[in-house]
Amino acid sequence: MSRPPSSLIRGIGAHIALAGYTAIALFPVAVIVINAFKSRAAIFSEPLMPPTAKSFSLIGFETISSRGDFLSYFVNSATVTGVSLALILLFGAMAAFALSEYRFRGNALIALYVALGIMIPIRLGTVAILQMMVNGGLVNNLLALILVYTAQGLPLSVFILTEFMRQISADLKDAGRIDGLSEYKIFFTLVLPLVRPAIATVAVFTMIPIWNDLWFPLILAPAEQTKTITLGAQVFIGQFVTDWNAVLAALTLAIVPVLILYLLFSRQLVRGLTAGAVK
Amino acid sequence: MSSAKFNRPPSTRWHILVFLTPTLLIYTALMVIPLASTLKQSLYNRVDDTLTFVGFSNFSKLLFDPIWATGFWNALSNNLVFFVIHMALQNPIGIALAALLANPKLRLARFYRTAIFVPTILSFVIVGFVWKLILSPLWGVAPSMLKAIGLGWLFAPWLGREDSALIALSLISVWQFVGMPMILIYAALLSIPDEVLEAAECDGIVGWSQFFKIKLPLILPTIGIASILTFVGNFNAFDLVYVSQGAQAGPNYSTDLLGTFLYRTFFGFQLQLGDTYMGATIASMMFLLILFGVCTYLFFVQRRLQRYQF
Amino acid sequence: MRKLFLACLAATAFCSNMARAENTTLTIESWRTDDIAIWQDKIIPAFEKAHPGITVRFSPTAPTEYNAALNAKLDAGSAGDLITCRPFDASLALYDKQRLVSLNDLPGIDDFSPVAKAAWTTDDAKTTFCVPMASVIHGFIYNVDIFSELGLSAPKTNDEFFKLLEAIKADGRFVPMALGTVDQWEAATMGYQNIGPTYWKGEEGRLALVGGKEKLTDEGWAEPYRVLKRWSDFLGDGYKAQTYPDSQNLFTLGRAAIFPAGSWEIGLFSQQAQFKLGAFPPPVASAGDTCYISDHPDIGLGLNAASKNADAARTFLSWVATEEFATLYSNALPGFFALSKHPVKLDNALAKTFLSWRADCQSTIRSTYAILSRGTPNLENETWNASANVINGVETPEAAAKRLQDGLDSWYKPAK
Repeated sequence: MSRPPSSLIRGIGAHIALAGYTAIALFPVAVIVINAFKSRAAIFSEPLMPPTAKSFSLIGFETISSRGDFLSYFVNSATVTGVSLALILLFGAMAAFALSEYRFRGNALIALYVALGIMIPIRLGTVAILQMMVNGGLVNNLLALILVYTAQGLPLSVFILTEFMRQISADLKDAGRIDGLSEYKIFFTLVLPLVRPAIATVAVFTMIPIWNDLWFPLILAPAEQTKTITLGAQVFIGQFVTDWNAVLAALTLAIVPVLILYLLFSRQLVRGLTAGAVK
Repeated sequence: MSSAKFNRPPSTRWHILVFLTPTLLIYTALMVIPLASTLKQSLYNRVDDTLTFVGFSNFSKLLFDPIWATGFWNALSNNLVFFVIHMALQNPIGIALAALLANPKLRLARFYRTAIFVPTILSFVIVGFVWKLILSPLWGVAPSMLKAIGLGWLFAPWLGREDSALIALSLISVWQFVGMPMILIYAALLSIPDEVLEAAECDGIVGWSQFFKIKLPLILPTIGIASILTFVGNFNAFDLVYVSQGAQAGPNYSTDLLGTFLYRTFFGFQLQLGDTYMGATIASMMFLLILFGVCTYLFFVQRRLQRYQF
Repeated sequence: MRKLFLACLAATAFCSNMARAENTTLTIESWRTDDIAIWQDKIIPAFEKAHPGITVRFSPTAPTEYNAALNAKLDAGSAGDLITCRPFDASLALYDKQRLVSLNDLPGIDDFSPVAKAAWTTDDAKTTFCVPMASVIHGFIYNVDIFSELGLSAPKTNDEFFKLLEAIKADGRFVPMALGTVDQWEAATMGYQNIGPTYWKGEEGRLALVGGKEKLTDEGWAEPYRVLKRWSDFLGDGYKAQTYPDSQNLFTLGRAAIFPAGSWEIGLFSQQAQFKLGAFPPPVASAGDTCYISDHPDIGLGLNAASKNADAARTFLSWVATEEFATLYSNALPGFFALSKHPVKLDNALAKTFLSWRADCQSTIRSTYAILSRGTPNLENETWNASANVINGVETPEAAAKRLQDGLDSWYKPAK
């Protein structure tokens, strides 16, 4: 085995490939952020140039701060995303555990029933959902969004977590049972820590569509005090006038928080993976 | 398979109910009931201004009446192209990136992994906007960059041409979502037991042959999940086309997917009023198609894959 | 965990209840996100000053989602008190579904002519359900600096128009005309509906089409497509992927000479363009012919039948019918022309130019808006597609016209 030279070449090759793809992935994001800090004329004359002393402008940020309370939009988005996510993960993991661990009548049927939800966009149920929220007095209340997103996220969460939980060895759980642990204890103290990487994956997957959703905030909670940040940014895209400065500034503001959230989960993901859990 | 070997009598197993109830309750109330009430409408229509049960005549209209069928088959075939491009590019690229990243000796792995996933967390509004800007023939970054490397002639207004718009959009979508299979497969690769790899190394199986002979079979179930998620995602896709080409999915409906076709029909567009009944019919067709795809996968593919599980 | 969550929920529910104000708050549903600043800074303060006790909130939805979002909210009963009305069939459908109420007894509704009210009146001309707010006029806006640099003047006839385009193209420094086809509606609205009335003779042709006496394959309806096809030689590089905002920027940054326009552009263009702006109406076949313009009622305001604040909402609607509103609105949004009979003094020169055409030319509305877009396939939406196709060269004018007529025939039976 002539490992050193070939692994060196392989290492360099891997870096070239990954760095190349990273550039492709980040380039468009960079375009948005750079242009958010430029004047309108400069955006269109030199879209690739970073802002210079001459072209630097904060006009977009000024516009959005005068036309909306972006801090409160952000708090709304964070509340909705955070609470929905917590519910999806907790309830999803519980259901996945029941489906993967126990043999009972209707198990496969329930699994299929829940999986059906992955296949059809919840947006189609809009009218009935809205009616329900109107009757329950939940319009323009963040709870309405939280409930809808929880329902929307559960099928995928159950689907993925069930797959992962099936891979956990039975010996561990059986050992727990012999030690007299209750089924709840087994779930919370033995199983849940083991599927941390899967939970992080589901978290990342379900968080994104919730944060970025435009439709349900528009329908269920369009009021100023419940507006989400994605909906707030959308206001600057008009019928006849599109205020590029404001749009770019709003988009930049919308990217940053979700990026931070992602980085947080991503760290958790790595920790879960390196804990050497699922082995 | 590791299903419980503790088969206690069912009457004592209240915990199953506790584990399942919250999910079933929320899911049924907020998703199943509203969706069912929509899908039910595919069997109804307005006849002489009164709501009438029409059986499957909406479906036959959708499939055979030229006014609807042209749009439907066009959207379906576009959707298939969209899916094929994703399967051919998104998942192989995702696997390749994951394989490179999973090398324990690789430096900067975390940085790469995080950066490559960034497009996936962006909203469609951002993705549509930025790619339109980049590909714009007027201030576009793409034409000037191609010119700079002497390939200026290669540029065309891709998003505006019937023969290239769908492909361009598919590639943008691949760009956006490649992080999904990458993360899933990366997690699966890391969870392969070290003993397995050590044993392989003892047998002299290293590098790419180790990847193809040892790792790939072990991560096949995960690739299966990634594929099925891609399938479901692609056949529900709507937002990217909507934000970049509008609900009319131009040019000349060449980027129309089932999702945009459904949106136009169900909610209406511009002067077109929403048609709840035909909209529900399209939704039901999509649902059946996806259900068929997923069941095919579950019954044929996944059964075989299970054998390799560790 | 769950306790914490319940506490959170209770807190949010409590806060949103607290937010309810003591006096009446009216919410306006609109697609005019463009106008937020004008409503918030000018129109609403003027109303609230005169009517203490009523607070008004302008709550626009992005135009592309407006119809879908509004219908969902109306169906579920969560829509605002005042509904901004799209013209003709879309709002008529809302009235037929009893989402909007009759405004025949509204004080001030008689200050609008029957023509102005037509866009929001039932087919039997008996009931009006929205207060007309504004109409828009089509034409061409041009860059006066470029014209004078090249020694050109505004064209009157079609031949002059194309000679002009040739001249700008020959010079090579400027894009002759800023129009893109990727958004489709640009091609239909600024193209077909802009130049079309000249060929189908305005209202005369439109009513004949509605009455089944003319067909879209007839000369008057197919010829504008042939003219549109000729435009493709004078558009910017890659016009097929040029979006509407691209076109606007191309023109306002001084890189294109002519912008096929609607008067709604005036406000933005006056603000953004660093050069002098001029305008000319759609050219005619030969000098001295009658000219036709599309003078299209575009925005109205109606009352949500489910509104709990109907009295306050009616007060607001009556105010919309006053001279004060007309003056305020027309000047705040130059290019949106108030529809009431009150004489309005306009400050913007370009807006005055557009308005002056009403005296010289015959006015008509967009041909596809009234009655002909009630079925599937929808004529207006198909016209977008056909116009873009014709300019892109993927469908011949004749084939496009035939396809549209066949689509119309499939559901529309003209009244005898």
